[in-house]
Amino acid sequence: MSLVYAGVCSHAPGITGRAERADPVVRDEFYANLDIMRQDIKDSGAEALVVVAAEHFANFFMSNMPAFCIGMADDYEGPIEDPEWIKIEKTKIPGNPDLSKRIITEVMQTVDTAFAEEWKFDHGIIVPLHFLTPEYDLPIIPVNINCQGPPLTPLHRTWDFGEALRRACDSVPEKIAIVGTGGISHWPATPDSGKINEAWDLDFLERFKANNKEAMLSYTDIETYEQAGQGGFEIRTFIAIAAAARGAKANVHFYAPIPIFAVGCTCAKFEL
Amino acid sequence: MSLYYVQKILYDLNRSDQAQREYLDNIDLFLESYPLTDEERKAIVEPDIGLLYVLGVNGQLLMHFAALHKIDWDDYLKAMVAGIEQHGPVRAGVYTMTGAGKRFSASIEVKPSN
Repeated sequence: MSLVYAGVCSHAPGITGRAERADPVVRDEFYANLDIMRQDIKDSGAEALVVVAAEHFANFFMSNMPAFCIGMADDYEGPIEDPEWIKIEKTKIPGNPDLSKRIITEVMQTVDTAFAEEWKFDHGIIVPLHFLTPEYDLPIIPVNINCQGPPLTPLHRTWDFGEALRRACDSVPEKIAIVGTGGISHWPATPDSGKINEAWDLDFLERFKANNKEAMLSYTDIETYEQAGQGGFEIRTFIAIAAAARGAKANVHFYAPIPIFAVGCTCAKFEL
Repeated sequence: MSLYYVQKILYDLNRSDQAQREYLDNIDLFLESYPLTDEERKAIVEPDIGLLYVLGVNGQLLMHFAALHKIDWDDYLKAMVAGIEQHGPVRAGVYTMTGAGKRFSASIEVKPSN
């Protein structure tokens, strides 16, 4: 059929794990915008949700680190984190291996992607799903881009991957939604946790909203690390979705720094 | 220096309830198959979150190792700062401290009124 929804959101574990410590006004506005995403995905009639995430050594390690990987399992499990710590119960999440196989096969025509028939979701996927598919009733196709273990996937390859995902989504009869999770500037899990470069975030979001490929691909990892921290490497997931949106402009319907969540919390939807 | 294996241990622990049980039951036996320096072994056995951080362990692995040991979030952040004060700057990796130990989040956040 086609891609029926494309958006991005934040995925930090504090969003659920440290919810009670955030300012309730800002937090609840953020949650309300995640709920808008949930409703938009539902209204799109999506039959599967592709989640392009930046995982954090839940499945992939420097023993064998793929630049890209796509899940192809009957079902998945998560969170890998301690449920008390992340405040999400362990659960089983449905997949669709036949759909995954067709998407992977098409992506591989232009981009070398690994695939995986087992996958444990960490906060990069389970935190967004907690809000976007809270009943875990929509088949998920997890996708990972290496934003953690250098050498990282180059930004321009991420763009090519996003284009390949769009072509693959358009090649199957099912209605597909796609969501990227991560970023933007942050210094997670370090003593600097809570540091957020709001100016850098807003500048990135201007490039993102305009779907300005050249401007988004112009960052170097050295600059990103200095200005946006190691968490800034996760702009790859946003860039992949921008590429999948194929020139469409984005509506950033929420952005606000929430330090105890360790990130500038973001929700955006492309006008496909 | 076997930072790769220090991190591999934490990766293996994060992925498996059984590995966590084996680790908590008999740490020495669990660590037997990983090549570690004495300093690395000591840091894991104690556990010394600050030293592990200074050795270059990625925070995405380290925060879950801290949670496994029931170290709460604020104590985890403090342990990393204390590690730097005791052992010097982070020696490897991309999870270095840039804020000189400053706290960037409050215990309870409240939006400033205009």
